[in-house]
Amino acid sequence: MNEYATVKGEIGAVKARSEKQGSAGRAAERAPAERIDSRRGVKDVMETVMKAVFVVCGLVAVGFVLIISIYLIISGLPAIREVGLWNFLAGTNWDPANKSGNAEFGILPMIFTSIYGTCGAILIGVPIGFLMAVFLSKVADRRAAAVIREVVDLLAGIPSVVYGLVGMMVLLPLIREGFDLPAGDTLFAAIIVLAIMILPSIISVSETALNAVPREYEEASLALGATELETYFRVSAPAAKSGIAAAVVLGVGRAIGEAMAILMVAGNVANMPSLLSSVKFLTTAIAGEMGYAGDLHRQALFSIGLVLFLFIMLINAALNLFLKHNKEGS
Amino acid sequence: MNSHESITAPLSARRRTWNGAVRALLYAAAALICALLVFLIGYILYRGVPNLSWQFLSSEESVINDIEGILPSILNTLYVIVATLIFILPLGVGSAIYLTEYATNKKLVSVIEFATETLSGMPSIIFALVGMMVFCQAVGLGTSLLAGAFSLVMMTLPTIIRTTQESLKTVPQSYREGSLALGSGKWHMIRTVVLPSSIDGIVTGCILSIGRIVGESAVLMFTAGMGMRMAFGGDTVAKFLDNFFGAAGSTLTVSLYVYAKERADFDHAFAVAVVLLAIALVINLAAKLAGKKLKKN
Repeated sequence: MNEYATVKGEIGAVKARSEKQGSAGRAAERAPAERIDSRRGVKDVMETVMKAVFVVCGLVAVGFVLIISIYLIISGLPAIREVGLWNFLAGTNWDPANKSGNAEFGILPMIFTSIYGTCGAILIGVPIGFLMAVFLSKVADRRAAAVIREVVDLLAGIPSVVYGLVGMMVLLPLIREGFDLPAGDTLFAAIIVLAIMILPSIISVSETALNAVPREYEEASLALGATELETYFRVSAPAAKSGIAAAVVLGVGRAIGEAMAILMVAGNVANMPSLLSSVKFLTTAIAGEMGYAGDLHRQALFSIGLVLFLFIMLINAALNLFLKHNKEGS
Repeated sequence: MNSHESITAPLSARRRTWNGAVRALLYAAAALICALLVFLIGYILYRGVPNLSWQFLSSEESVINDIEGILPSILNTLYVIVATLIFILPLGVGSAIYLTEYATNKKLVSVIEFATETLSGMPSIIFALVGMMVFCQAVGLGTSLLAGAFSLVMMTLPTIIRTTQESLKTVPQSYREGSLALGSGKWHMIRTVVLPSSIDGIVTGCILSIGRIVGESAVLMFTAGMGMRMAFGGDTVAKFLDNFFGAAGSTLTVSLYVYAKERADFDHAFAVAVVLLAIALVINLAAKLAGKKLKKN
């Protein structure tokens, strides 16, 4: 209806303008045309206002990133300055709540733990996830694949604390008894939980990449006498390699950023990482200690946040590189 | 599968071994993951369902009456979902509209897209830290569900932007041209033609965001508190409103964490896990349905 009104209004305006030069006695016709004209003015204002509103909405994401960066830098720097960058990053003792004044703020054990934990999760999760993706994309029968895909999606939707809970109840006793340890809270448990948690995204991203491989590549390979499996692994997988690389980087980002699930299974002692010792990750230090930290300890936790932020930005940059490469490749 | 072997030369021993080994590996990986899925879901149900009761879902915990209940957590979760969506919807949809309909400045678009990607790759513990500093302290909301909702707005913004953008792109260009040719302005065209045709994508974005909000724990633990008592209610209107906007407390995921880690009450933790599993299932199904509708259009 409104569109019609606008169109009519414009026709009316044109008519009025042409008649302006004509006889002055027909002023009665001019009046309604002017009224419609002024309504158009309101509409133009509305258009401009809405455009401005949308620009602002578009900039909100940029604003959030700026807020995050600025706040992390402002609140992360004081502790680093107090402790000293080298002592902070390369110190091997984390004893922030020491009452006798010998508090130490070395986060090297946590950095190593986060790196080890992430590498471990990738080493376990990526091969299994990749094989699963090949299975779903190429080998499995269609209906079975659809069912499995649903369940994998459900796996992705389960909150991380639930993984932590199941890990606590199932994995920890197994590890405690299997390795004859006093407690099962170990880096090993955290790696297993992380590997399971990154599986859904690795499976779905690599499957998408595998599905995007042109059918002709596979047909050519089969026609040359390769078996189907040889085709999938030696033709399809290399053709999908940038997508699979993106899946790996995404998994790295997930694993390094996860906090709650591994807080429940890693034991939270800032040891230098070894597979069967209790460890503290960068993320679990923040999540576990923020509740009771005071003063410098609290500031040091913000500094850990800043370090984590820098790690993530590096990983994002790598991911963008792969995705761009992917786009250009296809 | 192996039909071609009959018409070509038989495979060499090495290739046969390789093929056999790879096939075994493939099936082993698939079996492992399926077993894992079945075990995970089965174990959660096995441990949780016996502890689930109507009373547990519908009452507030009370030490005196020896009642365990997660009604406050359920209400808190709903509150956070609604509060987040109220802010995220206009922001996210507006942002997507700017990117697909208005943006002409390529540099600005790439800056916004970079920011969105950065936000979507950010771990939740960072949102927790920043949310605590910005909304609880700098803005002065204190530890409250509202501060939690604002922090979640930062976290879920990319989800809504992405799904809305995808569905905006599926609206045929001819719709827009038709509308503009009839003399409508750009905003008018967006309101009457583009948005109604892309409503499915927006709904999908909402559903996915709800999934992330329900599953989030670190952000809410830092910004919304861990109390499990009822935060709403009050004798007078003023008190009620005060409680309503200042409410603090744990959502379902945070309650699970408190049960498991601080009280070592695993039975109730698993009961909460069953509730979360059910919500995840419903959200997945809803997202699938909305996605299917999106494809049909």
